[in-house]
Amino acid sequence: MSLDLIVNGRTRHVAAAPTTPLLDVLRNELDLKGARYGCGLEQCGSCMVLVDGEPVFACAREAGTCAGKRIETVESLADHPLRTAFLDEQAGQCGYCLSGILISAKALLDRVPHPTRAQIVAALEPHLCRCGTQSRILRAVERAAAALPEGTRTLGAAS
Amino acid sequence: MSATTLPLSFVNNPSPARWLRFDPDRLLHLAVGKVEIGQGILTALVQIAAEELDVPMDRIRVLSGDTDAAPDEGATTSSLSIEVGGGSLRLIAAEARARMLDRIAQRLNCAPAEIEIRDGAFFRAGAPTGQDYWSLAPEVDLVRPAEGHAAPKPRAAYRVVGQAVRRLDLPAKVSGAAFIHDLVRPDLLHARMLRQPGRGARLATLDEAAIQRAAGGELRILRLGNFVALLSADETVAQRAAVAAPGHARWENVRAIVPAQQEAAWLVGQPSNDQIVGDPLPAAAGTVMPAASGTVVEASYSRPYVAHASIGPSCALAEMRGGHLSVWSHTQGVYPLRAALARVLGVGAETISVHHAQGPGCYGHNGADDAALDAALIAREIPDHCIRLQWRREEEFGYEPLGTAMAITVRAVLDDAGRPIDWTQEMWSGSHVQRPAMGGNLLAHEALPVPAPDPRPTDPTEAAGGGGTRNGIPHYAIPARRILHHLVPVTPVRTSALRGLGALPNVFAIECFLDELAGRIGADPVAYRLSLLEGRPRAARVIARAAEMAGWAGRGKGGEGRGFGIGFAQYKNRSAYAAVVVEVEVDREVRLKRVWCAADAGLVVNPDGARNQLEGGILQAASYTLKERITFDATGVSSVNWASYPILRFSEVPEIACELIAAGEERSLGMGECTFGPTAAAIGNAVAHALGARIRDMPFTRERVAGVLLGG
Repeated sequence: MSLDLIVNGRTRHVAAAPTTPLLDVLRNELDLKGARYGCGLEQCGSCMVLVDGEPVFACAREAGTCAGKRIETVESLADHPLRTAFLDEQAGQCGYCLSGILISAKALLDRVPHPTRAQIVAALEPHLCRCGTQSRILRAVERAAAALPEGTRTLGAAS
Repeated sequence: MSATTLPLSFVNNPSPARWLRFDPDRLLHLAVGKVEIGQGILTALVQIAAEELDVPMDRIRVLSGDTDAAPDEGATTSSLSIEVGGGSLRLIAAEARARMLDRIAQRLNCAPAEIEIRDGAFFRAGAPTGQDYWSLAPEVDLVRPAEGHAAPKPRAAYRVVGQAVRRLDLPAKVSGAAFIHDLVRPDLLHARMLRQPGRGARLATLDEAAIQRAAGGELRILRLGNFVALLSADETVAQRAAVAAPGHARWENVRAIVPAQQEAAWLVGQPSNDQIVGDPLPAAAGTVMPAASGTVVEASYSRPYVAHASIGPSCALAEMRGGHLSVWSHTQGVYPLRAALARVLGVGAETISVHHAQGPGCYGHNGADDAALDAALIAREIPDHCIRLQWRREEEFGYEPLGTAMAITVRAVLDDAGRPIDWTQEMWSGSHVQRPAMGGNLLAHEALPVPAPDPRPTDPTEAAGGGGTRNGIPHYAIPARRILHHLVPVTPVRTSALRGLGALPNVFAIECFLDELAGRIGADPVAYRLSLLEGRPRAARVIARAAEMAGWAGRGKGGEGRGFGIGFAQYKNRSAYAAVVVEVEVDREVRLKRVWCAADAGLVVNPDGARNQLEGGILQAASYTLKERITFDATGVSSVNWASYPILRFSEVPEIACELIAAGEERSLGMGECTFGPTAAAIGNAVAHALGARIRDMPFTRERVAGVLLGG
């Protein structure tokens, strides 16, 4: 059994059953470790990835349902202002929750380039951070929004 | 410096070569025993080494927690990594610097004081000597033990310590692979556990065929008595097997639990080991009631069982190759874990290596060490494979050692002015530390054919900061202060160290009770505290500053659903001072609006890292205070996911302002846990201010709010 997935802009051929959780495919077949196992229950957000631009809990999503769709993981944000902003704000303690949070923040900024604090909170509400770094994380998303170049905003929103 | 005042890590590892190495790669390779558990410690330790040696941070690499290659600093606990680990590293680095300077001075026939060090290179009279640490390293003995004679740099010369520095580990953590969970090694087998439902339970039947069917792929089931592991090269297969397995196992002799045991009140009256700390009990025999004359006031407070609830369930890797066992773990202490593994496996510690690998936030003794034993037991049976053992979320909640419930009664005798003159804090709790070295068992040890002996719960000594007694003695100037601690050795679930141990419940009780005392005489809570802090200027200073930051003077009379409250403690009565003020709104539930904190941690190595710890401690303590409680069903923990064990979410996060009091001339004080108790207390006091009625039992749920509103 095999699958073709479009991950971070590349088409990847994966030898896995379509019922395999997307999280397992990303981590074990494609060696993309940024999406993390936290609960397997869609309750914590550690595994969040984008599928066609929408945040999706990879832990409970069958990989087969994502065939042909665009999948983005935190590894695709290497040059994104969000990553810079999180480091500028030192918005992390243990860091385990951060890749999922970065993903949901990316989805928000693609949709709403200048989010209000309430919009950021709403976008991150599915995510748990146990270390208590939320204040810094909220500031980091605001900082990233302020740093987004004009072109990125419209491109992100339109694509 | 006399030997008695040298920090423990230095005393136990006096050879500089154990800590640092100048390699031909022109890097300084540090090795430390304190480990990164989400608190940013490695960055601060690198700052300390960079400062003492005048080597830039980017020329330093750090290895932490490794029984093959790093010093033995015990476990990373109790906010001691800067106080003890950092203090030791500073002395070691100063010694290495002094030996290097002696050598270059000898070569140049000059005095060591004539040499200046820039970027690890030696200069004399402003000119390069052509020599540096790396060129001299082959001829300088760093193995010879240090005695603590080399003086560290004067603080006035600091350029790196005291600066806000970016965490070294964060870039990887926002980029992809960074954690133990992400390690990949050859011959990997994914493993999950079918857990024994409590000590003494016997596996009567196991329908292996049904589990195989549910797994849907190649699965190996390994049984050692009541220890059952599910193994596959395919993680999905192992996970499916683990989800199905409990439904295909029948256990006998399963522990019976009644829901009443989940309440702190259950502890009161259980058989206990008792100790008194502080001033002696009053002479009247058979009573804990203070004997001094005056008005006696009493109130009782509680906290339920709570979980570390790390976001990432525990994980460990182990492999047995050529008779040597290698283990990777996010443990708090690689050497204590190695000793515990050696005991269970019945082998010499020298046949085991334990390597620390970074994990999700730790907050104390969680499932990490247990997962390491799980993996090690499997690796011993299946050599020449790397066993990657991953706990499931339900397993972490259901089987990690919990923070014990605690019931506290405070009794005070008041003088005519309404000030306490005699204070007795009586508390009931399970053990606050059941690490293997302290009478506890690694979980899987109880499932083996020859199971572990019964645990012998103790509690940390007062010298170690106490467990149930931690912060049980009020910091205030009260003529008689004592603790009567009832340690209940047999609790329905395993308990062990959780951030701050007894400090959070104790400070909650002390500081809420102080507000109640202030209220009796109509005194302002801040003024009342300050009146009891004569001769304790650092405590008074953080309280006054936090009150000032919060605009305390304008807090109003309260009682209309909006309130301000304050809490204070010096962590362990010997580490960092913190005062926290919170503003809450209360209608049907408690909402945190704003938080202000002033803390005095003495010399702060990385101020941004320290503020991050203050903020994190505030939010985590708020989560415990407002939301968290473990529930039991008939056989064990029933709150096994985030729906049944909710924690603070983004929408519940208040605005926070934290300030570090400038006290760089003082020694560093451990501060990772210092906001915990003050935050819980400040919330308790703010809710009382908002409602005009007090909640004394955590968590402050909707039901509890309704209870005081209806019950008055």
